[in-house]
Amino acid sequence: MSVLVNKDTRLLVQGYTGAQGTFHATQSINYGTTVVGGVTPGKGGAMHLDRPVFNTVADCVKETGANASVIFVPPPFAADSIMEAAAAGVALIVCITEGIPVRDMIAVRQFLKGRNVRLIGPNCPGIITPNECRIGIMPGHIFKPGNVGVVSRSGTLTYEAVGQLSALGIGQSTCIGIGGDPIIGTTHLDAIQLLNADPDTHAIVMVGEIGGNNEEIAAAWIKDNVTKPVIGFIAGQTAPEGRRMGHAGAIAEGGSGKASDKMTAMEAAGITVCASPAEIGQKVKERLGL
Amino acid sequence: MKIHEYQGKAILARYGVPVPKGKVAFTVEEAEAAAKELGGFVVVKAQIHAGGRGKGGGVKVVKTVEDAVTAARKILGMQLVTHQTGPQGQKVGRLLVEEALPIEKELYLGITLDRASGKNVFMASSEGGMEIEQVAHDTPDRILKEVIEPGIGLSGYQARKLAFGIGIPAASVNAAAKAMLALAKAYDEIDCSLAEINPFILLKDGRVMALDAKINIDDNAMFRHPEFADLRDLAEEDPLEVEASKFSLNYIKLDGNIACMVNGAGLAMGTMDIIKHAGGEPANFLDVGGGANEEQIKNALRILLSDSAVKAVFINIFGGILRCDILATGVVNAARELGIRVPIVIRMEGTNVAEGKKILAESGFNFAVADGMKDGAEQAVKAAQ
Repeated sequence: MSVLVNKDTRLLVQGYTGAQGTFHATQSINYGTTVVGGVTPGKGGAMHLDRPVFNTVADCVKETGANASVIFVPPPFAADSIMEAAAAGVALIVCITEGIPVRDMIAVRQFLKGRNVRLIGPNCPGIITPNECRIGIMPGHIFKPGNVGVVSRSGTLTYEAVGQLSALGIGQSTCIGIGGDPIIGTTHLDAIQLLNADPDTHAIVMVGEIGGNNEEIAAAWIKDNVTKPVIGFIAGQTAPEGRRMGHAGAIAEGGSGKASDKMTAMEAAGITVCASPAEIGQKVKERLGL
Repeated sequence: MKIHEYQGKAILARYGVPVPKGKVAFTVEEAEAAAKELGGFVVVKAQIHAGGRGKGGGVKVVKTVEDAVTAARKILGMQLVTHQTGPQGQKVGRLLVEEALPIEKELYLGITLDRASGKNVFMASSEGGMEIEQVAHDTPDRILKEVIEPGIGLSGYQARKLAFGIGIPAASVNAAAKAMLALAKAYDEIDCSLAEINPFILLKDGRVMALDAKINIDDNAMFRHPEFADLRDLAEEDPLEVEASKFSLNYIKLDGNIACMVNGAGLAMGTMDIIKHAGGEPANFLDVGGGANEEQIKNALRILLSDSAVKAVFINIFGGILRCDILATGVVNAARELGIRVPIVIRMEGTNVAEGKKILAESGFNFAVADGMKDGAEQAVKAAQ
């Protein structure tokens, strides 16, 4: 089992014929993901990577039965692409684009309310269920099927954690990169609720970073609801206050969003918090009694 | 992007937020002319991006043009130290000379994003002129909040509720509410990521005014505002950070002596953390991104090595999309071109790692190749000692 994506996922690609869309759609196809086609306005009717191109997401969904979308569209147009996918009824929308203005994402959040869709990202590496479905930009070869769920705000820290797990022979159920922006569609809490409900996920790795208080919110819920082992790491323990550390959302300011506060809240919730990112795999192994 | 007080006030004034009469001055002569024009009873304010300027001696109220000149001479060019600048301070290159006003009461207005709800929140407080974080800590009930509904904006009733709530007298409430609505409109239209008016003042004559303005603009929205590019003040930024930004490198200078080059913001922060964990101090944050090319790697290394405090470099790459052979080639070429004055520890993982390690081994340079990020951090810390 897994969450959100599996071998039945039928993926469409927005920004399909662009360089990023082409490269990563090819990677996903090679991984075994069912990519049914893509959207590039104005190129409808053409074929690309042996699959049809459509002018609109609605056309693509109608013709292909796509139930998930991945967005590789430049920042000025990405919010519009998310709304187009949501309006077409795509159940799972994964937005990879980095650099979407906050004002645009405020509008998107509002637009998504009351619609039965889930957004992952933006500014995220995507989601993967090993050997079944890869959506986004993750390097597929480092993943291994198994029973540990991973949720992370950072792409490369996801790879780091997964690399450690796979090297120890510990596979993953589903890995979700939720993104490094201030406004994201799926939060730590959302992802952890999904992984907690999945019987084949036996432990959860939760990787956070400075900025906001989503980790604290998730920790409070974990304390009351999760009996599976949760192993965490917070990046940015040495980050200076008031500076944005690469990700738009990674900033501790005005006394909030600090790594130490997040780590304290997580420890209080019974989460095994790693002081160093190199310990994640080993701590999972210990908590699983392997 | 941060902008100066005088720039923020000019923008807010266009939206209808009342601000004092004032002029920016880059020289003592310009300050003198401005003070004369404003009648001599003026405030001379240092324009740096950091807060706490008054306590650091960067703000002077004077009664005459002569005193304004003396104040300008003293502040312009000074190394102003505040709680936000760090001990080295920030050099003052610009002044704002403003009419001095008879203040009845100092209040606070601000807008910021509430990440959890995905909406902006308007805040107002009767406790103006203080650090709002301090007010939030000591007397949280004195900060009133109104959620700004997306697509609707701040409503008149919300502004009036806030104005009455922070103790503005009935006769001035409409003016205050109007200023609040103007601030909220500006915030939305110019893509702010933070706006603060602290203090927002009530004058003896009942007028209200923005006595200060702290406006940050969402970097991701700059494509919508090409006119704001001129507002960037490079003197406020670290020279190495300015250099890095020319090559789309995400670099932040820190105080340690172990430089690090990493792909991905999260792993870059994690690398700083593990250096500290291993007993060292990171010299910087540097994310070269997922698709870095040889040229960017070379420039990144050049920038890292131009920090004279650096005693060792730790390159930590988890190559997913970024291939290890490309990274290795970039590092070797950079080393050939730049010469290397400090030990370099490299940890690579991911795509084409064997080819990458071969390129490093055959380069003729004595790179230390680490086994995992813990080993890499420990080797780098040792090398820096």
